[in-house]
Amino acid sequence: MDKTQLLLALGAALFTIGLAGVVLRRNLLVMLMCMELMLNGVSASLVAFLERAGSTEGAVLVFLIFVVAAAEIGIAIPIVLLLARHKRTLDLAAFSDLKG
Amino acid sequence: MIYNALLWFFAAAALAGGLLMLVARHPMRVALALIATMLSLAAIFAMLGVHVIAVFQVLIYVGAVMVFMVYAIMLLDVRDASFLERYSSWLWPGVAGLALLALALVVGLWQGAPPAAVAGSDEPFRVQPFSVAFLNEYWLYFELTSVLLLAAVVAAIAILKVGGRRNG
Repeated sequence: MDKTQLLLALGAALFTIGLAGVVLRRNLLVMLMCMELMLNGVSASLVAFLERAGSTEGAVLVFLIFVVAAAEIGIAIPIVLLLARHKRTLDLAAFSDLKG
Repeated sequence: MIYNALLWFFAAAALAGGLLMLVARHPMRVALALIATMLSLAAIFAMLGVHVIAVFQVLIYVGAVMVFMVYAIMLLDVRDASFLERYSSWLWPGVAGLALLALALVVGLWQGAPPAAVAGSDEPFRVQPFSVAFLNEYWLYFELTSVLLLAAVVAAIAILKVGGRRNG
């Protein structure tokens, strides 16, 4: 197994673990962190390809992913703060009245 | 030899951090496991020679995003049911679906041939051509990211103002 395959497998594994965390865990903050883990898995596979091709486009794409992750967390944390202030809990089951 | 061993070591560390995120109970431990995973990934990127991405990973993810997350955890340290009970009520359907996804990924990785060498791939990734291309060819996207970040800041302030007004 060469290093590109290793990094691709690692990226797929991290993405799956992050998805598992988003689906299975109950705490809002933990779900947010698992989303970050999914983004990390994607950027790991992108880095595998850009290292293989020696391309600069891939690095620009990874930079854009980082910026999007920063913006996402900057908006998601205030939303979580508001939800927690409203319901006094971070439990996901408490927010089931949000569905239509 | 040592290079390969270190590569495998950091890959195993990243995987272990990810698995720890699934079973840890307190969000602070989850955050620390995520930081360990990100640092291992940064080490792997640096070992592959993609130093720019490794520096971005440490600066942006560990330095900004995770510090923000740790502050939020400390701010919201409410002792509630989501701390005592780890998993949602959809545990077993979720596990079944995810096992299917993992199986599909493993089969895909196993059967796919190792990626062929790309044309013109003999020169490694270097910082200087990347920076020149970044600010010459991709300057529009660079400027658009600053607009995106500004929009995110405005949105965060707007969310907090609306919420503060509603709560009195």
